[in-house]
Order: sequence, then structure tokens, then C-alpha cells
Amino acid sequence: MDQTTSATSKQSPAQNQAVLLQASELFCERDDRVLFSGLNFSVSRGQVLQIKGGNGTGKTTLLRMLCGLNQDFEGTLYWQGQDMAEQEEAFHSALLYIGHRVGVNKVLTPLENLRWTCRLQREVSDEQLMSALAGVGLRGFEDSQCHALSAGQQQRVALARLLLSQATLWVLDEPFTTLDVDGVALLENLLQQHAARGGAVLVTTHHNLQIPGLEVLTLG
Amino acid sequence: MANAHTSTFSAFKATLKRDLLIAYKRKNDVVNPFMFFLIVASLFPIGVSPEPERLSLIAAGVLWISALLAALLAMDNLYRADYEDGSLEQLLLSPHPLFFMVLAKNIAHWLVSGLPVVLVSPLIAYMLSLPDGSYHVLFLSLLLGTPVFSLLGSIGVALTVGLGSRGLILAMITLPMSVPVLIAGTLAVQQTQNGASLLGFLAIMGAMLLFALTLAPLASAAALRISVN
Repeated sequence: MDQTTSATSKQSPAQNQAVLLQASELFCERDDRVLFSGLNFSVSRGQVLQIKGGNGTGKTTLLRMLCGLNQDFEGTLYWQGQDMAEQEEAFHSALLYIGHRVGVNKVLTPLENLRWTCRLQREVSDEQLMSALAGVGLRGFEDSQCHALSAGQQQRVALARLLLSQATLWVLDEPFTTLDVDGVALLENLLQQHAARGGAVLVTTHHNLQIPGLEVLTLG
Repeated sequence: MANAHTSTFSAFKATLKRDLLIAYKRKNDVVNPFMFFLIVASLFPIGVSPEPERLSLIAAGVLWISALLAALLAMDNLYRADYEDGSLEQLLLSPHPLFFMVLAKNIAHWLVSGLPVVLVSPLIAYMLSLPDGSYHVLFLSLLLGTPVFSLLGSIGVALTVGLGSRGLILAMITLPMSVPVLIAGTLAVQQTQNGASLLGFLAIMGAMLLFALTLAPLASAAALRISVN
């Protein structure tokens, strides 16, 4: 089950400044079932890495491990060449994670939701928040309660964070599931721009991404 | 890229404001524990005896137990919705110490569930014929004691938030930890009636509050990390 992707993974992290996140010999089992073992890969600046695999192959588990939400694994993670355990604050400052559950409170409005999730990371003005919401097609919905919005619109509330983010690494778990055609194009565009700016993206999806230079890691 | 990051204090404020806003929009969650407190406390004159002499003996205990049960009832709101919609993960991944984020949530929770109970307690105490000189003792001791209930309850909720069916587990974790506060609170009211000094009891309860303020959020934070695992 040895899986290795991307040309950079064979270099030691110290030699390559562009490598943001490196995973070495990851091993994880759930309920006595091995999800993956000996998994090595790295994510560098300018890279969009898609994680593929069937249902139950551990895509979400892998993303949660990388973010530090799931500590139940063996192996080592490096952030910019340093052991992740000592880099937690720096890593969290540079990370934007949108999980399967997108973190949108149903009784709050899109504006209030976005304000809180952004302010956990950095100071943003209301004008910036409004224009980000307009940017994901939620103009006119800023002050409706989120339980009145469709699943796709709630997903867009979460994705508005991408427009305001200064994080280097985006980790997105199934961000395309509830989006319409326009939404998919918008998100693909955002991922591409982020990579072009020197950021990195880790994304799980079954969708065929139309992004030049896309790399794929297949699990299972 | 680290230049524009918020200070921990503004992330703390943002979290506090958000939770107060959610409480304002979900008035049921706020009103229910408060009504529960009023109902439980007013059942005692009916169930035990309406005579002022008897009631005044149990008034302090009744108020404290009602406050504890109301706090327990309010507890589940603390992390459940955040766990279910994924906001909790965002909180855990913020670059700021989880201690302060948990503290902000605990303070917001006490402001909407504990403080109303403290404020209305003199009224209920009057109904239960609490002896005249004891009102300020009751008020002050509840003011120091109910935040401890919120802080301790937070540990229990954090531990159980990932479980499907929780049932009585939360009560079994939280109530034993709350007993020392209950004892100190009721003793404060009873003993000062017999001429004991109020300051001693307030000092003990203040110490309990400081102890809970500094250590309980650490335990809650650790429990939350386990629960989202």
C-alpha cells in the first residue's frame, strides 16, 4: 500500500523552502481496518493536490489528521520542515479548513457567521465581509437566517472565507458537493488563483477538477 | 502572512459576542432554564409546607438546588450546536489558545443562564420566607457559585458532546463536582444566620471560582479535542 506522490517528496524538507506540509509514513486504522499505511506525500506552494478514493477509504480522516483534529495515527507531519507538534500555532495561522460540516450556524445570518469565523483568524471590516458574500453570489442574503438558505447557499457562506483568507494552505473536504455549475466554476477559479499566488490546496472531491497542474493522490 | 492576525483578545470578544447573539436569537434556550428554576423553587411551598417557619429553614437549600438543576438543564446548549454544524472544529483550529475561546463561551453561557437566576433569586427567597438578614448573603454566594456551575458543567458537556445518546451521563459527571459549591453556598446562608462571619464563606467561594476559572477551561479544551477526534 505504499503511496508516494509529487516529485518533491524525496527531498528532505529543509532543502526545499517551497514544501509546506510533508507527511511521512502515515499509518491509520479504524475499527481494526487499516485505512492507509506507509503513506508519504508533500504539498508545496503553488500546488493543488486532489485526494481521491472510494467511500470509506479515509479521505476525510486523512484531512482531519493533517489539520490536527484527529490525533489517532502513527507517522510524522512536518510544517515547513519542522515537526508539526512544535509548530501548531504557526500552522493554524496559515491554515484554512472547511470540513464536511461547514461551520455555519443556522440561526445566525451569513454576515454574522462569516464575521465570527474570519475574526478567529484576523480582523476584517464589514465592507470586506459584504463584498466577500457578494463575491460568492449571496448578495441580498446577508441578513437572512441561514436555516432559510439552501444547502448550496450555506456552502457558499463557508466558501466566502476563501475570498478573505490570508492562509497559505487551504484544506477543503468535499467543497463541491452542493454547489451548482456556476459555483463549481467559481471555486475552481479560486483554487487556481490561490495556487498561482503561491498558496497550496488540499482538496477531496469526486468531481473532475479542471485545474492545470493538478496532482492527484489516490487512497485505497 | 502573520501580520494581520487578530489578538487573542479580539478573537475572545468575537466568540463572546457570537454566543450572546445566538442566545438572543434562540430565546427558548435562555428562557427554559430560567422558567425551570422558578417552577422548581415555587413547588416547595406547595409540596412541603406554606408555613414561613418551616420554609425559612429550607429556603437557602431549595434555591441552591434549583439553581444547580437549572444550570444543568441549560448546559447541553453549550457545545452541541457547534459540534453538529462544524463550528467547533473552526474554534479548535483557530491560532489562539483554546483556553480563552472556551472561557468566552463559558462566560457567555453564564451571562444568559446563570445571571438571570442570580438576579431573580431574592424574589424567590422572599416567597420562601428567607430570614431578613440573609438576602445579601444568598445573592453574593449565588453570584460567586453559579459561574462555577457553568465552568464545571462545561467539562461534562465537552466530554459527552460527541456521544449519540447521553442520557444521565452529563448529570453524573457534573453533579458530584458541583457538590462542594452547593455545600459552601447553603452553609454560607445558614451559618451567617447564626452569627458566623460572611467574609470567610465568600473567601472560600471566591477561591472555588478562581480555581474553576483557571483550571476548568483547560479541562474543557482537552475534552473538546478528544470529542472531535
